[in-house]
Amino acid sequence: MKPAIFEHERMSSIDDVVQALANADGEVRVLGGGQSIGPMMNLRLAQPDKVLDLSRVEGLDGISEAGDRLSIGARVTHARIEDGEVPGTTGAYMQFVASGISYRSVRNRGTIGGSVAHADPAADWPTALLALGGEVKVVGSGGEKSIPLDGFQVGPFTTGLGWDEVLIGFDLPALGPNTKWGYYKVNRKPGEFADAIGAVIIGNEARAVCGATESAPFRVFDIEEKLSGGATELSVADAREILSGHDAGFDDYELQIHAVALSRAIGRAFA
Amino acid sequence: MPDGTSEFGIGAKVLRKEDARFLNGHGRYVADIARPKMLEAAIVRSPVAHANNLKVTAPEDSKGRFFTADDLSADCVAPIHVVSKFPGHKGSDYPHLANGKLRFVGEAVAVCLAETRAAAEDMVAATGLTFDALPPAIDMIADAEPGAPKVHDDWEDNVILDSRFEENTDAFKESAVSVTRDFRMNRQAVNPLEGGAVLAEWDAREERLVVHSASQIPHILRNALCECLGLSQNQVHVIAPDVGGGFGYKCVLLPEEIYIPWVAMQVKRPVRWIQDRREHLVTAANAREHHYSVTLHADSDGNFIGIEADIHVDSGAYAVYPHSNILESTMAGRTLHGPYKMSAYKVRSRAVATNKPPIVPYRGVARPGICFAMELAVDALARELGREPCDLREQNLVPVEAMPYTTITGGEFDSGDYPEALRRARGLIDLPAIRARQEAGEDDGRQIGIGFGCYIEMTALQTSAAARAGLAAIPGYEQAQVRLMPDGGLEIGVGVQNHGQGMETTLAQVACEKFGLEIEDVAVRHGDTATSPYSTGTYASRSMVMAGGAISRTCDVLGERIRKIGAHLLQCDLSQTEISSAAVTGPSGSVPFAEISRVWYRNPEELPDSVDPGGVEAVSGFRPEPDNSPFSYATHAAVVAVDPDLGSVEILDYVISEDCGTIVNPMIVDGQIIGGALQGVGTALFEESNYDAEGQPLSSTFADYAMPGSTHLPVLRLDHLVTPSPLTEFGVKGLGEGGAIPPPAAIANAVNDALREYGVEVAETPITPRRVLTAIWKAKQSRLSSVETS
Ligand SMILES: Cc1cc2nc3c(=O)[nH]c(=O)nc-3n(C[C@H](O)[C@H](O)[C@H](O)COP(=O)(O)OP(=O)(O)OC[C@H]3O[C@@H](n4cnc5c(N)ncnc54)[C@H](O)[C@@H]3O)c2cc1C
Repeated sequence: MKPAIFEHERMSSIDDVVQALANADGEVRVLGGGQSIGPMMNLRLAQPDKVLDLSRVEGLDGISEAGDRLSIGARVTHARIEDGEVPGTTGAYMQFVASGISYRSVRNRGTIGGSVAHADPAADWPTALLALGGEVKVVGSGGEKSIPLDGFQVGPFTTGLGWDEVLIGFDLPALGPNTKWGYYKVNRKPGEFADAIGAVIIGNEARAVCGATESAPFRVFDIEEKLSGGATELSVADAREILSGHDAGFDDYELQIHAVALSRAIGRAFA
Repeated sequence: MPDGTSEFGIGAKVLRKEDARFLNGHGRYVADIARPKMLEAAIVRSPVAHANNLKVTAPEDSKGRFFTADDLSADCVAPIHVVSKFPGHKGSDYPHLANGKLRFVGEAVAVCLAETRAAAEDMVAATGLTFDALPPAIDMIADAEPGAPKVHDDWEDNVILDSRFEENTDAFKESAVSVTRDFRMNRQAVNPLEGGAVLAEWDAREERLVVHSASQIPHILRNALCECLGLSQNQVHVIAPDVGGGFGYKCVLLPEEIYIPWVAMQVKRPVRWIQDRREHLVTAANAREHHYSVTLHADSDGNFIGIEADIHVDSGAYAVYPHSNILESTMAGRTLHGPYKMSAYKVRSRAVATNKPPIVPYRGVARPGICFAMELAVDALARELGREPCDLREQNLVPVEAMPYTTITGGEFDSGDYPEALRRARGLIDLPAIRARQEAGEDDGRQIGIGFGCYIEMTALQTSAAARAGLAAIPGYEQAQVRLMPDGGLEIGVGVQNHGQGMETTLAQVACEKFGLEIEDVAVRHGDTATSPYSTGTYASRSMVMAGGAISRTCDVLGERIRKIGAHLLQCDLSQTEISSAAVTGPSGSVPFAEISRVWYRNPEELPDSVDPGGVEAVSGFRPEPDNSPFSYATHAAVVAVDPDLGSVEILDYVISEDCGTIVNPMIVDGQIIGGALQGVGTALFEESNYDAEGQPLSSTFADYAMPGSTHLPVLRLDHLVTPSPLTEFGVKGLGEGGAIPPPAAIANAVNDALREYGVEVAETPITPRRVLTAIWKAKQSRLSSVETS
């Protein structure tokens, strides 16, 4: 379990990264915290010719609030979020999510940008952020742009990020103090990747996301409608009924645990 | 018998001597050892479960750095070949490197050597393999029958050994109630923190092969190296340095322990192989896979009449050295009765060859499966009779007044109060309180259940049993070498191997007990064939019984020699002397060991002419007399909460009441039990090596193979009965394996108790959420359909 030979370059600016990606000869990958790509390279499931290390790139560490928007840099670690650096209700929600990701040593290194760029269906941030709504900030050869989180992840390990683009951060809603949120992760062990996730946020709008599927997490509009209509609970049977209308490829067991996750996320939101 | 007066002796809560190096990261494992000009090895392994006509194409420019079975056979390296004496046992070679035929995914095919492991892995990737894939034998039950794909072409079928144990079968006619169930324990990997590891080199100065290996059995490894490589015993030096857990995986020979040394001799450079976790999960998925069809019979009062069973043990593709591949099936067949009285017995047990890694005796050896089958059958019978399962157990356990007790299959329980362990566990876990809590129901909608698991563990495999099986390593008299050092301290050499059990401490305590030494003054050396007496090694919960016994007996021999010198110095008769507080005491005073040593080593002119020239160093040995095994036993009791929506199981409380005879070090005993119990939780709830229909392993990383963690057990509540064994020094019984035996049984019984209103019985490990929910749904469905038909 040792990686195939590769070149490692410590980058100093985003522009250099974008340029290096644009001029890439062979497979070039960005290195965030290395907590996903590291194991994949060790298992030789990924064999990049070169990795571009973001750890010295400036401007990716920020967390700031402006009005009802929150800006979070791509290199912010799960640990910093767990430690409460993100303010307000959004921060409380994200703190809860972060504290359930793996164990502390992984959280010390793993980054929110890396997690969303990696788009592992079983990971937490792709689901948690989709429930929040907002935008992914990206820089590529064509300059900087924003991509809505809605639709950013298109499949397992597949996102709207172009091959020459770097994820630099997120523009997220700063939730009001009365916003209700609930997050429920089904897994075998604390900190393990999820078998199912339910995430709901009920503020100005209601958003409900079914995560840890075979593919990308998806919003469950029927549930959002119920929540917008004032529902404060959802039975497992009803959640099953609604989810079975989605073409998620669930078997009976998967349908059940995803239904439970959503039902309990709503339960937590209104607890 | 120890009187508890020695500060560091038997029974003392001594901190581990090993703590300083382990807790400071100063342990030395094979991977910590580097030699000049060392090459790293990576192994080309079979990508298929079953194939023939294997052809290997070496990577370019790999001459002298790439080795296959052809190279081994050109040098006449003999394969592993272990056939037991049991009639009908089918034998086969276990090639170190696959030779024409591939028999499991992960089987070693070729060795690649390079300056770094990464470069060696590049060579693995560049190696070409062609073969003709064959249908694999994956299912131990179906593939035990004629017509299945054959793992070994020259065998009639895949049944390695078909054993039948029948006693007094007429008595089954007396049964009034019978329950029949199928139980399955799925395959898992052993997963010590450190996997296999070998570093070998030819030492030109010593003219011998030096092999460092993460082994529990260095002396047996030396035997195997001599047998396979044609070397003489004095040409092989095996060292097991710090070993990061073994659990039975390292008490068998790995093929790497032969071919890596051989390759090192070819390239005339040190060669190191360090197994990585993926290699471990694929090639060492080799434990626990048992299936039982059981019928338990009782009279109408619930007295057990006897048990009938058909057992299959998936024993994998080969027989391992030295314990072969029939240890589990024969033990399961012979001792399914567990700690219970019964008068009839009819058990058939088959070891079945499949295209999976060869079975190894993982901590508990067969008994986790035996206990799971028996204890779940007992609960099923209790439900059938409408009895409290705990009471039914109490009624049928071998009572204290029957000790020593000869079992229906001829085993001999030496001592103990089995029902008392059950009663104490029941008291500690507070059965009535749990029943009341169940009555009240849980606020969170979960279901609470309580389950018990009773077991016996035959510890320290006896000579006659191993000889009957004809294993390649038969334990005889265990020996210890004890030397009084020039400063009055002791150095002890033993052939057993410490790989996390704290034996450098507990074995030292034996000498402290005998001589009243301080623990710092006793050093225990082990894990090195050059410095210790021969031993079959550490396995079968034998080290304290055997090596501890040997140290005790050797101290007797050495003590007399020390007393002789002391008597001379004290000018008294030998019979007037005794040893205490590291000194020889006589009527006129006492002489400390340091003074005895000074005279023997530094001022021998002061010795009398009659002194024993053997000096202050002795080797002696021990074996239980008669040649029987001390039996440890325990009752485990678990309270679980089952989430009927998610199928998840949480252990709320866990109690163990156990008897390992005289306790040498209470902290180490507790540590061994806790660690074992957590491994048992792994078997019960988490660990599973899955295969697809082609025999491809699906659990090759820790992302796909769930290990139990520290959050999966509540604080264990331990309770100790102490019934000294009449067979051993100090009355000790083996202890290392027991903790891992009953958790699957206790936890499954608790789950079934929790779900009894649903009419659900889980009967398979691990008890995953998917299995629990599937069982609940099935029960619901069958209830619905029975409503429809009635
Ligand atoms: C034992 C273990 C358990 C884990 N458990 C969980 C869990 O429970 N839940 C969970 O959500 N995650 C879990 N993870 C994954 C962890 O959260 C990772 O931190 C995360 O998935 C990836 O973040 P990273 O910064 O380490 O990215 P890296 O591993 O460095 O990169 C991952 C991928 O994203 C790309 N990438 C990284 N940063 C950028 C960027 N700024 N722009 C464009 N592309 C980028 C890389 O090129 C690579 O393809 C676990 C990991 C481990 C090792």
